[in-house]
Amino acid sequence: MTKKVYIGSGAGFAGDRFDAGAPVVETLGRMDGPRYLIFEVMGERTLAIAQRIKMRNPDKGYSPYLDHYLTGVLALCREHNVRIVANLGNANPIGGAKRVHELAKELGIEGLRVAIVEGDDLLTFMSADEVGSLPTVEGLSIDGKEIVAANVYLGARPVAAALALGVDIVLVGRTTDAALVLGPLIHEFGWAEDDWDRLAAGTVAGHLLECGGQVTGGYFCDPGFKDVPGMADLGFPVAEIDEMGGIVIGKAANTGGMVTRATVTEQILYEVHDPANYLTPDVTLDITGVTLEDAGKDRVRVKGARGKPPPETLKATVSADGGFLGEAELTYAGPNALARAKLAADIVTTRVKRRITDTGIRVEVIGAGAVFDNDRSERLAGDNRPLDGEYRLRAAVRTQDKAEAQYLTDEVLSLFCSGPAGGGGFRCSVLGQVNTSSVLLPRGPVEARSRAIEVTP
Amino acid sequence: MSSITVPLHAVAHGRAGDKGNRSNISVVPYLPDAFPHLKAQVTEARVLELFRHKGASAVTRYELPNLPAMNFVIDDALEGGVNSALCQDLHGKTLSFLLLGEMTVTVPVACVPAGSRYLQDK
Repeated sequence: MTKKVYIGSGAGFAGDRFDAGAPVVETLGRMDGPRYLIFEVMGERTLAIAQRIKMRNPDKGYSPYLDHYLTGVLALCREHNVRIVANLGNANPIGGAKRVHELAKELGIEGLRVAIVEGDDLLTFMSADEVGSLPTVEGLSIDGKEIVAANVYLGARPVAAALALGVDIVLVGRTTDAALVLGPLIHEFGWAEDDWDRLAAGTVAGHLLECGGQVTGGYFCDPGFKDVPGMADLGFPVAEIDEMGGIVIGKAANTGGMVTRATVTEQILYEVHDPANYLTPDVTLDITGVTLEDAGKDRVRVKGARGKPPPETLKATVSADGGFLGEAELTYAGPNALARAKLAADIVTTRVKRRITDTGIRVEVIGAGAVFDNDRSERLAGDNRPLDGEYRLRAAVRTQDKAEAQYLTDEVLSLFCSGPAGGGGFRCSVLGQVNTSSVLLPRGPVEARSRAIEVTP
Repeated sequence: MSSITVPLHAVAHGRAGDKGNRSNISVVPYLPDAFPHLKAQVTEARVLELFRHKGASAVTRYELPNLPAMNFVIDDALEGGVNSALCQDLHGKTLSFLLLGEMTVTVPVACVPAGSRYLQDK
């Protein structure tokens, strides 16, 4: 029989459910073959925030939710011989590994082995000026700004190297999300560096798993059009992959959600641009020939991924201070609510523009098509919406000056006594922001530095 | 066969994703027979028109006939995206429903799934 590897997802983004992993591990435990549980919990912004935390406390900077995600699955994974691959390392994989050892001790688990992948942090071997001079391919230019974090996307090879150390858990910082899946597959099957079609298949499997419940009915259901059962207990995906690159996407047993060709189709195109050229450090993926077949209830077979050599350069995300985002909201309801909300918007716009002249503001009416509109509410202006109803004024500004952001929220608050009748439900926030840009750099120096090391208690 | 003019939402579903100031929106027909009609009618030019007020500058359509599905990549659609947008939805996650709701298509009635409320409304 062909060897199969089973890989499940326990989380698909930094704010995902903490309890989705346990049913996945229970399901993996019934499979006959190597089993892995991945957690993808790292965003570009979470990394920059973690980097700031690490600057203040060198022991921190790993995922603040490491305990939340691992506490419920660590013993189960031990029991079922499931290895964990997770980017819970964030800006500090070694710190994260040390915390995993402490957590294991607290849970009474002995002899747990943990490895990390390092080498993604460009600031450990490049100056901020050198990073700042790399060519920007996406996002804002970071030229002249204070750089908070600069991390290159590593591929799957160092993840496979970490698994080869024989550890139970691998914590990484910045790798591609798909590497969390392709790494174990390379480790298990020994796929060569130029076995493009199989590397492509592993990358597709990774792409389908990396967002957790987004392939099992999450972010999919649309009542009456795309109904999904059991959304409150959405089951996370479990994939089986064979050594020829055959993939079946399934999900945790005894959970809600569903796996259909439709759920897989939405996820396979998620955040893909040119489907013939999806660039990763390991392979350039072509999904134009992919076909999907039903393979039983909640099982879809994915075939036909093709691969080509990857680009010569690697992508890195550079984060810089992004000033502040100030936002405030106030609701108007009942008869003539839209007219009162629009008047409130006019008042706030007039007053805020007297003080904030060097940057744009957005003042709009939620309930009147705001999210589809632009900063000038041009669609609302040409619209004939009912005056009666429930509408919510919203004002927003981005500025380097925190006091200006606060001023905008104060102006919305002042509508309580000085604005139109019947406003209520004021909320506001002023939050520090991170700007990011994507830059390209040559592979050589990065690959020479990336390595897997075991971290002992 | 009789035809019906409906929002795209009646015949297709989709998901939006972001990278920088660029949005991608998949369009997936509920029934494969609808695919040729969508290819003919959901054009790059019509999609660009729907997002121009957001600042969209160009649309590229990729076709995946095996799935079947189309993928629209819309440049500069996110008012700056997570770095600089003032919109509530910095990532443009809601924009799949702007496309599905405001694009209309004329298709054979059989391309709309049976029991759809778009059939009952008529």
